[in-house]
Amino acid sequence: MDRREKEMICIVCPNGCRMTAQIDEQANIEVTGNKCVRGKEFAMREMTNPVRGLSTTVRTDSPELPVLPVRLSAEIPKARIFDVMKEINNIRVTGPVKQGTVLARNLLGTGADLVATADMPHQTEK
Amino acid sequence: MSKEMNFDVTVIGGGPAGLAAALEAHKAGGEVLLVERENRLGGILKQCIHDGFGLVRYKEKLTGPEYAQRFIEEFESAGIESMLSTFVTDISRNSNSNSGFTIKAVCSKGVETVNTGAIIFATGCRERTARQVFIHGTRPAGIFTAGTAQHLINIQGQMPVKKCVILGSGDIGLIMARRLTLEGAEVEGVYEIQSGPSGLARNVQQCLIDYDIPLHLSHTVTRVFGRDRVEAVEICRVDENKNPLPGTARRVECDGLILSVGLIPENELAESVGVTVNKATGCPTCGENQMTDVPGVFACGNALRVFDLVDYVSASGEAAGRSAMEYLKEVGLHG
Repeated sequence: MDRREKEMICIVCPNGCRMTAQIDEQANIEVTGNKCVRGKEFAMREMTNPVRGLSTTVRTDSPELPVLPVRLSAEIPKARIFDVMKEINNIRVTGPVKQGTVLARNLLGTGADLVATADMPHQTEK
Repeated sequence: MSKEMNFDVTVIGGGPAGLAAALEAHKAGGEVLLVERENRLGGILKQCIHDGFGLVRYKEKLTGPEYAQRFIEEFESAGIESMLSTFVTDISRNSNSNSGFTIKAVCSKGVETVNTGAIIFATGCRERTARQVFIHGTRPAGIFTAGTAQHLINIQGQMPVKKCVILGSGDIGLIMARRLTLEGAEVEGVYEIQSGPSGLARNVQQCLIDYDIPLHLSHTVTRVFGRDRVEAVEICRVDENKNPLPGTARRVECDGLILSVGLIPENELAESVGVTVNKATGCPTCGENQMTDVPGVFACGNALRVFDLVDYVSASGEAAGRSAMEYLKEVGLHG
């Protein structure tokens, strides 16, 4: 493995620490600039398998609430985000839905479920 | 037809500040009314679907709607009175000093009259618009504030642009750069007139760098082209006094310009009761207990001053709720 160095801003909390991570030939990672251990963990993941959470919306059949906010239950590899977005944009939700309801499981095999982050109050009358 | 209503504390605004203020005044023993102009509680959090809320308060990364829901549930189970889809049109001070206020509010039933000992303004803030940043050129469709674009996408499910330029690097602008990209729009770049980004560093990383969206510091939009719809914008580099540098103009073809150029507390209603509002910042004059220069009138949340984190907005709402009840006890309006 090659020696690499990467500068980054920690996204774990609003402090936004500016950090530098170095990875050497033996895959040892050294992190500087972090104020806490969560920053170090974030930097290590950024060097090996960067992951991100995802919040978006899904279409509903309700004219009052045309989209419902959702998030993933777990972080997914950064490189999968656009595929997963495409998958989420194919989903249609019919109410009522309570916040926390799982709307789809294991999206594209990422292990992450799609969870409603708001209530969708009443079913649309046709 | 309208019945007379009497309350110790009336909170105006049902976002995070207002919910926290109402809950805290209720816990301190007050009869509380919350007035909200929209048909749902939660304020701007309803459209802030991204995560990062509540890290200070709950040590959890919540989305905006999830953060709001915690307060809404507590508010509803406390049985606090609220009036939704209700707009306050007039507030007058009762003639005897320290004898409270009379509020007129328009709702679906007509005009309601509310008597209240104290008022808490939790009216949030507004975005600065294109007219307030002096951009030359036409005013075609396709110019949105970041919050309007956010409402269109996250509440109405409509894409406002296909390819856009974002002016200003406030947090909402950064968040929208990512959101637009995720939904398939092209964000050509974010342009900031200052020499540093105005949003949080973590948002520069997770909203711009993650998606290879360039951030151009010391640059601004100087002109908009297009008759019916935005066709292009002109970008200029600026000097240290923020004046556009000659010879640096560049034309960027796009169908939208999104502005994230600052927030101004919304205090017209507070002003109408006599609260002194700073002309430059829009902030009301307040003492340490968040009481304005009109006794019995309090301010909290982004109406008080623009906060970075909702956690602090909630805390300021709670402080205002407590102060309002202390005031009522002091002046003998609440036993």
